[in-house]
This record gives sequence, structure tokens and C-alpha cells, in this order.
Amino acid sequence: MKILVTAKRVTDPDSKIQLKPDRSGINLDNVDFKMNPFCEIAVEAALQLVDAAGDGETVVVAIGDSDATKEIRTAMAMGCDRGILVEADEAQLDSDAVARVLAAICVKEKPDVVLLGKQAIDGDSNQVGQLLAEYLGWPQATFAYKIALNGTSGATVQREVDGGVETISLSFPAVITTDLRLNEPRYASLPGIMKAKKKPLEETTASALGVDLSLKVESIGFEPPPARKAGVKVKTVDELIEKLAGEAKVI
Amino acid sequence: MATILVLAEQHGGKLTRATLSAVTAARQLAQIVGGGFDIALAGTGLDAVAAALTPYGAGAVHQLEHEALAGYTAQAYAQAFASAAKATGAQYVVAAATSNGKDTTPRVAARLGAGMASDVVALSAHGGGVAYKRPMWAGNVLGHVKINTAVQVVTVRPTEFPVAEASGGASPIQKSAASVDAGSLRMKYVGLDKVESSRPELTDASVVISGGRGLKEASNFKLVEKLADTLGGAVGASRAVVDAGWVPNDWQVGQTGKVVAPKLYVAVGISGAIQHLAGMKGSKTIVAINKDAEAPIFQVADYGLVSDLFGVMPELTEKLASRKG
Repeated sequence: MKILVTAKRVTDPDSKIQLKPDRSGINLDNVDFKMNPFCEIAVEAALQLVDAAGDGETVVVAIGDSDATKEIRTAMAMGCDRGILVEADEAQLDSDAVARVLAAICVKEKPDVVLLGKQAIDGDSNQVGQLLAEYLGWPQATFAYKIALNGTSGATVQREVDGGVETISLSFPAVITTDLRLNEPRYASLPGIMKAKKKPLEETTASALGVDLSLKVESIGFEPPPARKAGVKVKTVDELIEKLAGEAKVI
Repeated sequence: MATILVLAEQHGGKLTRATLSAVTAARQLAQIVGGGFDIALAGTGLDAVAAALTPYGAGAVHQLEHEALAGYTAQAYAQAFASAAKATGAQYVVAAATSNGKDTTPRVAARLGAGMASDVVALSAHGGGVAYKRPMWAGNVLGHVKINTAVQVVTVRPTEFPVAEASGGASPIQKSAASVDAGSLRMKYVGLDKVESSRPELTDASVVISGGRGLKEASNFKLVEKLADTLGGAVGASRAVVDAGWVPNDWQVGQTGKVVAPKLYVAVGISGAIQHLAGMKGSKTIVAINKDAEAPIFQVADYGLVSDLFGVMPELTEKLASRKG
């Protein structure tokens, strides 16, 4: 079984994100970067699926500048076999361009499954997996909670949806996007990190893949979220009830 | 003059309330770009749902049926909706950012060659077109985007667009066979393991009581549930306690769970990680009960009670119950 998995480089989800004073973009001073947490879950899922299938190959893809090789090496240290970096200014891409780059790679690589995070914790768009599936004409299972292989030709996937857990079955090739509770990603071991340095990493570009990066969705500005007015501390349950009834009028 | 198409959502012949939030967004869009909106509804056995959609001022309700739509799958529904968008000549396609909306709508956009803005919270006029405002970085930044394609696709966050009121009149229902290439479908709906509850839907409730790790163990979650039941509210949870398996996945409030905006949100033993705040910051009144005075939840709380929740919760529940008498 061959699996393609994505590893997007994003701002650390635990760092405080703020706009630059002129609101032209995000203030990236003192902000760390790491692999999108949902991509880590996708990498773990890819490795587990190959294990379950008995044999196979996992190829990790990142789109970005040369710093994104760090996320590729991390995925290879976890166990992915090889990497592909598509060099591009990630800030200048929209979800559609990313999906078309990945589609071009899938045409070349012919994976059985593409695994992606359900969303990146920076843009929060939640589009790429679905767009990719449609461009390829493949079935999809978004928000995956459990994946069970049906032999090598398909899978039954449980999905986290409004109101409960939905089960679907699909045949490969297919796109699967990961939700939080699919697995606990492994840490890279020291031997894994050493091995990752020698694993093959191919570099390419969107134009080499024949993908036009003109934007369908374009940023025209940012604003900070509305601030909540400072609240008050109450000392007792009675005082809380009085405030909720008299001041906020919500009970 | 523009044509706007709302993608309705139904489950087992029942319309979702979020669809009516998408109708409100379509009405706002029509104010900006002119013209009116139609509604597309896909599935099987839809006569009652189609009738329920007629009093909202749509130019037409397109009732699209096909046996391949009997169980929901993104592949089949995207085909049906994209064909309807083409047939109506829609320049704007609007759906609610529910789990189905998030699943299907990007595929619709891909089929239409359209750009898409996700989880939009506000619409405004921008240079003869539309600017879409949407949360990014767990709501720590609001981005404004424009879409450069002839057809523009958006999902809207239901909590930011009130449920549409009926406007009178009766839109004509146009019933037809949905355009679905059944041979191309390689996915099948198997079933839904539904979280049964007599409580209101988390995303619709006017009161939400949420619990976090401060509750210490799963059995203590009943303190949260009792207060919710006393106030007729829904129950939510932080990611930590969902991950720990104390409560169903469906209860998670946050960046990657449900986004709620009730009149009253009570956070019990929740520290307030930014990912949680992203899901409830829009609530009208926020109450935090936590014994750690430094917990970030107090920065967004209108009323904070720094106290041991095990003492506070029974007292609060009892006193509120006796007030209601």
C-alpha cells in the first residue's frame, strides 16, 4: 500500500498570535513553528495503515520555503520513507492552489490513500482534502475518528460529525482527513532522527508540476477580534445569581 | 443582479436550523450584490422539507432527488448541488459551516471552478463585490478575503447569522431528478451512531454549561449535567475531557469542535486554552468557575467565581432550581 501524507509547517498552536501594529499581517517575532497538529495525526495514521497492510511506502509532502524541510524530516524521523518539498511562498497560496499542487503529485505518485489534517491551525479553512478529492474524482472521509482497512482495496471510516459518529465505507484510491481523536502521534526516536537525515527528499516547484498558482481567494486585510470588556469577580454563589438575574438578565 | 443559491441541509427528512442561518446570509448577500436567492435541497423523500422551505422568500426551492442520495455522502451530494448551481446560473453559493457543509461544499466549489471562503462570520461590500470576514488562528485574527472567480462559494458560521424568519409568500417548488453519476461514486453511507439526548442541540442552545479537567473524573461530570438540566441548557466540554473519554466527542467546544454563542455560557473547571476560547468567545454572557484565579478563562469571563467547583456547583444548581420554583 502506498500512502501520501501532508506535513504543513504552521505557527505553534500554543503561541499567542497577534497582528502587526499596522494590521498588514501576523507578527511572527518570537513565534515558533512546528508541524500542524492534524498533520502529525495524519502521519501517525499513515504509518499505522502501512503496518496494518503488511507492507507499503509512505511519502510525505510539504509546500513552503526551505524551512518546511524541517517538517518533512520530522515526518521521516517518525517513519515516513521519503519526502517531497514543493517550494513556494506558502503565504501566497490559497487552499485551491495547494489542492491542485497535491493533485499533480498524486497523478505522478499514484498513492492508494492521501492522508491530510482536517484543517491547518493557522488558516482554519478546512478545504484542501475535500478539494483534492474532487479534483481527483476520489471518495473522501473527512474528520476521521477510526480507520479500518477492508483488505487492500478500501476502508471503513468512522467520522466525527454533528450529532455523533458517522460510518462510511470507501474504496481506494481515496482521501482521508484526520480529526483529533484518531490516534496519538508517536515521538521521533533518536535512531529515527538519524535515519531521517539520509532518507531521500525531492525538491520541486508548482511550475515544474504544471500548476498555475493564481489565486482564487485573496487576502485583503486583517483585524483583531473584538475585545471582551473586562469582567468582574464575584465572591459567592448568591452574588453570581444576583448578577446573572439583575445585571445580565440571562436567568 | 445576481443569483444566489443556498444549499439546504436535511437529515432524515428534517431540515437543520443552520440552513436558516445560511438563508439569512443569502439575504444579506442579496442586499450587497442585488438580486435574489434560490434554495437547493438534495436527498430522497423531501416533499415535507421542501414545503418547509417555501416561506423564506426564495425565488424557487429546487427539490433534487436521487436514490444515490438516500444516505449522505460528500461525493454524491457535491454532484447534485454543483449541477443545481450550474442549472440556476448561480454566481454565489452559500451553505452553513456544519459538519456536512464543511464536508461537501469545497467539492462543490471544485466542480464549479470557484474560489471558496470557509466559516464566514460577516459579509460586506468591497469594490463592487463582496468581502468575506473569517476567523483564522483559532479566532485570534479575523481575515478579510475576496474571491476572484466568476462563481463564489461560501460557508457561513451559523452562530453569526440569526435563523431566518419566514417572510411570507410561498416559493415555487421545482422537483427534479438530481444530477448524480451513480457509477462514479466509490463511497457508501453505512450509518450514524447518534448521541441521543433530550437536551437542546449544543449549537442551538441559549444556555451551555461546559465542563473541563477541573472536574477531576468522569463521574463528576454529572455536576455539569445537573446544572444544564436545571436551566434547560446543553452540555459542552473541553478537549481534554473529550480526549479522556469522559463525554462524547460531539460535546467538544472549541477551534476544532463546536462553535457556540449562547446567551449564557458557564465554564466549569475549564482553564481556557485558546483553542477552547475560539469556540465560545462569542457567547453573550460568560461565567467561569475555577479555583485557579490565574486561569485564562477569567480573561473572557463576565463573571468569575474563584472557588472550588465541588462546593459551588451543588449550591448553584440548588439555588437556581428553587428560584424557578
